[in-house]
Amino acid sequence: MSQTKMATISHKVAKSRKVKPSHMIVHVFLILLAVVCMVPFYMMIVYGTHTNADIASKFIFLPGEALIDNYQYMTENINIWRGFFNSLIIAGCSTALTLYFGALTAYGFAKYKFRGNKVLFWFVLATMMVPQQLGLVGTFRIMYLLNLLDTHAALILPAAANAFAVFFIKQFIDGTIPDEVIESARVDGASEFKTFHRIILPMLAPALAALGIFAFIGSWNNFIGPLVLLFSNEKYPLPLLVQLLQGYYGTNYGVQYLGVALSVLPILIVFAIFSKRIIGSVAIGAVKG
Amino acid sequence: MFSKTLRKDNYGYLFIAPFFITFLVFGLYPILYSLYLSFTDWDGFGNPTIIGFENYQRLVGDFFFYKSLFNTLAIWIVSVIPQLTVSLVLAVILHEKFVKGKSFFRAVFFFPNIVTAASLGLLVALIFSWQTGSFNQFLMGLGIIDDPIHWTDKPNFMRGLVSSILFWQYFGYSMIIYIAGLQGISRDLLEAAEMDGASKVRVFFSITLPLLKPIILFQVITSIIGGMQIFDQPYTLTNGSGQPDNATLTSVMYLYDTAFTRYQYGYGSAIAFGLFLVIVVFSILSFKMMNIRTKNEPN
Repeated sequence: MSQTKMATISHKVAKSRKVKPSHMIVHVFLILLAVVCMVPFYMMIVYGTHTNADIASKFIFLPGEALIDNYQYMTENINIWRGFFNSLIIAGCSTALTLYFGALTAYGFAKYKFRGNKVLFWFVLATMMVPQQLGLVGTFRIMYLLNLLDTHAALILPAAANAFAVFFIKQFIDGTIPDEVIESARVDGASEFKTFHRIILPMLAPALAALGIFAFIGSWNNFIGPLVLLFSNEKYPLPLLVQLLQGYYGTNYGVQYLGVALSVLPILIVFAIFSKRIIGSVAIGAVKG
Repeated sequence: MFSKTLRKDNYGYLFIAPFFITFLVFGLYPILYSLYLSFTDWDGFGNPTIIGFENYQRLVGDFFFYKSLFNTLAIWIVSVIPQLTVSLVLAVILHEKFVKGKSFFRAVFFFPNIVTAASLGLLVALIFSWQTGSFNQFLMGLGIIDDPIHWTDKPNFMRGLVSSILFWQYFGYSMIIYIAGLQGISRDLLEAAEMDGASKVRVFFSITLPLLKPIILFQVITSIIGGMQIFDQPYTLTNGSGQPDNATLTSVMYLYDTAFTRYQYGYGSAIAFGLFLVIVVFSILSFKMMNIRTKNEPN
């Protein structure tokens, strides 16, 4: 046994001797860059556990003991968990609308031949190039007219018309769903919408999963939308609450650091679990887009 | 053969109708209404009064509009050029066989992209604050400086800081897109070139780069549209002020400020359309530039 062990070790040594200096440099560079990416997150977590006096007087590497104090002080004005909940509601519902209506529209374009099909689809594509800010003032106005100002619905409902989703899912349908599937459902007597719900929608699952991640992150991070359309603090999603920290705790840095840390931690955890899936969906979306 | 099974009646309209209804109400109407408002004077109360092209005349002579465009452009260029080059280099490196821990590095580099920009802006504001910021503490600890530097007072530094945040946030995203593009290039082609004795640098410039051109164009166009909309990072970094000396006031911040804090909805709409025109011009220009390059290339 020890002989085989020795053999593998010597093999490994022989292998490691072959490492080129240029390869070493590349790895050192990659590791340094990775450190640059993670340092701010480490800092905010560590700083969130210190008192203001500590933060003001020295450079800090290690966690302190003021975590609970900072937390209690923060929750006097800011209900970060409420913000977390609001963000979940808004992003969750937006994503559901984007996926369902995106699939419905894409399916309509892909599998029905009606007059104007091509023109309308090009129109949908063209709207992707229009920046959201163009209609910012008008959006405020229509939400006022519909009595939706200061409601989560104002942020959720527009998600039903997501042009990128239509484009993305149509590509997928064109590539993976043959007409025969629909044909056979019709022969079996299924109605058009039943075919869509029972047969097509499950077949779209891979595309919807990739797109869903996109839509969720986009909605979760939306800042200017809620800034314009929401007024009550208790309805604010996370990004807006984080911004409020500045106003409430202008000089209490420990509390601000803790707030930022708490707003980022859930994303950090989700990303740690799903990173492959998230990165994969970005790659797919980019190549198709 | 396929057309036989596709229905040719009007049933499809039912499927696309909800999208178009939503789009008309929440997409098209707001844009058209903004266009209408840009020809009016409206403070949000009462009725808008039509004033013709006055808002646009004001826009043409508005120092702050140009300043905000300049800021946006400066911030964008300083962030996007390193972002697109560094991420390309990283993508090529992470595509090499000898690199260990590829998926780890991809994940770590990509991570800043999904973090809420508002949180990042505030975090950087904390790190670079004058009296208690850890950056000053760090420099003083190393003995590089004796007294804390008032970073937030320096216009160019603050612009650079916004650019750095954007770079830091998006280089991993660009990298992933380049990697996806690289995966579309067949390895046989690259290996054949190396067999013929071409150096790695030569392979990169003669094969990889030309084949990546569509992906690069995609990146440039999306980054123009995204770059002209820079808002979250400078807004939270400066607590909405765009200071110092309005150096971090981006065009969308100016639009937001005009319409929603000074209640000049008409003029705010005019700013939006002015900005849109700039985006269109820049997008067309970059399309043209890319095309000219392809035409001039000897095969």
